[in-house]
Amino acid sequence: MITLTVPRGTATLTQAVENSLTMAGRGLLRMRRTPEQFADALLEPVLFTVMFAYIFGGAIAGRVQGYLPFLIPGILVQSVLATTVMTGMQLREDIDKGVFDRFRSMPIARSAPLAGALLADTIRYAIATVMTCLTGVVIGWRPAGGIAGVILAGLLVIACSWAVSWIFALVGVLVRTASTVQGASFMVLFPLAFLSNAFVPVGTMPGWLQVFVAVNPVSHLITAARELTGTASAGPDVWWALLGAAAIVAVFAPLTVRAYMRKV
Amino acid sequence: MVTANSARTVPAIQTAGLVKTFGATRAVDGVDLSVPAGTVYGVLGPNGAGKTTTIRMLATLLRPDAGTALVFGRDVVREAAAVRRLISLTGQVASVDETLSAAENLVIFARLLGLNRAAARRRAGELLEEFGLADAAKRPAGKFSGGMRRRLDLAASLITTPPLIFLDEPTTGLDPRTRAQMWQTIRRLAAAGSTVLLTTQYLDEADQLADRIAVIDRGTVIAEGTPDELKASAGGSSLQLRLADPGQAPHAREAIRAVLAVDAILSLEGGRITAPMDEPDRVADLLVALRDRSIRLAGLSMHQPTLDQVFLAITGHETQPQGGREEEKAVR
Repeated sequence: MITLTVPRGTATLTQAVENSLTMAGRGLLRMRRTPEQFADALLEPVLFTVMFAYIFGGAIAGRVQGYLPFLIPGILVQSVLATTVMTGMQLREDIDKGVFDRFRSMPIARSAPLAGALLADTIRYAIATVMTCLTGVVIGWRPAGGIAGVILAGLLVIACSWAVSWIFALVGVLVRTASTVQGASFMVLFPLAFLSNAFVPVGTMPGWLQVFVAVNPVSHLITAARELTGTASAGPDVWWALLGAAAIVAVFAPLTVRAYMRKV
Repeated sequence: MVTANSARTVPAIQTAGLVKTFGATRAVDGVDLSVPAGTVYGVLGPNGAGKTTTIRMLATLLRPDAGTALVFGRDVVREAAAVRRLISLTGQVASVDETLSAAENLVIFARLLGLNRAAARRRAGELLEEFGLADAAKRPAGKFSGGMRRRLDLAASLITTPPLIFLDEPTTGLDPRTRAQMWQTIRRLAAAGSTVLLTTQYLDEADQLADRIAVIDRGTVIAEGTPDELKASAGGSSLQLRLADPGQAPHAREAIRAVLAVDAILSLEGGRITAPMDEPDRVADLLVALRDRSIRLAGLSMHQPTLDQVFLAITGHETQPQGGREEEKAVR
């Protein structure tokens, strides 16, 4: 005998959270099966941290040691943000598979397959964060904010990167191939990462560029990370960064879910 | 709660003028379907006829460009969330995660459907057992054979028993033994009270499983009815004889005319004779007649009408771009 439960129209928030966590669990299981895809998150931070420290250290701060408190938070944000592009690429590959058709035809929160995938990818950001900080410590970084400050900065960067990954998820849903995701994403990410206060003091830049750097949200995140690692205290930039992250999610999550559900 | 009794009065599927275009192609061009609840309904057509596109619209994966579709009275566009609670879809493309094991896949789907951890694991175990996959439970789905994959796909659709089950070409590419297993499973689902809508390219399969069949070609339904009605329109079965001595063909045709009262067709590739054969019981009479005339046979087979013949009968053209499979039942 069949019993039809008269269905509610949309999923409740509790269901959305539960579904997303299940999907995140799926993402983690997949990662355990294919550990090689972490190579970029493991190696890139090491490479960039060492490179930038020894190239610019002398020119900007007189010596590498003096440059590290300035550089590490900058490179941390830059590395982790670069990793978010991978999220968009993977999502692109994933949603072409039949299993996403099944998710879309199941009575689950519509945002869950995306939110879960993005949530699982915060592991990737955590790895990039740890690698950057470890590399920094190895080459002589001694953050004044102590362990607590570094952990808070790391969590902030991961949270903001999760927000930013919704942008690349949208790109991933809209474009046709993973390599297009990469191309389009770096066009956006490179100017944002480099036209910021990440690597050099803003005072050395021309006036028009200083204006851009000042409004660039990445600069605010880097300043926030510097405050936390340097003093373990939250200044206004921490709140700006969190507000910015919330705004990105509020705008891009619904757009991405909509595009995903409409996908042919 | 809507109980089984009142659900039966609402059709499982009701579409009117369903249209979907991709660029200049009208993949689905005004499909009208009415699928009574509790039946197995076959959608029969060649590749590219619009079967999959129709299913994807009914399963809320594609938005129709025009027309309406109701699943148990609920609109697939305006009440998509409600529709998703009433259906499950097993698509042509494997709809499980290849990197995960069979058990992991099922547990994830069960968790998404609201089962708690223990219940999800128990249900996954039951399904693996039921579909003969218990031994392969821990292997990645990507390493499964075609038949095991289909079974896992289907198992994933049956975690809860939804009132309407879509199966998109459930047996395409399966070997005969696995196909027979799949048929059995589909019959069991129907017996348990679910409505099943399946697509197929094989008349024989639709005939075996479906209570009613819609024949679809170039995005429209060109015929609808019971399997018997459709087969009748295609002209029934035929008998094919292969003679040991092609020179005896004229005698053989004479015998066929005498026994069956029909004209047999002599094929060019020597010694092959085809005759319309609506009553297989008469084969014995014919064989006796042939032996009396000392006509020796090298082979004998009965042919069911193929999708091609149904198409020819209904539309006047053969299936395009790919013909149906010839179903042969050897009488030895």
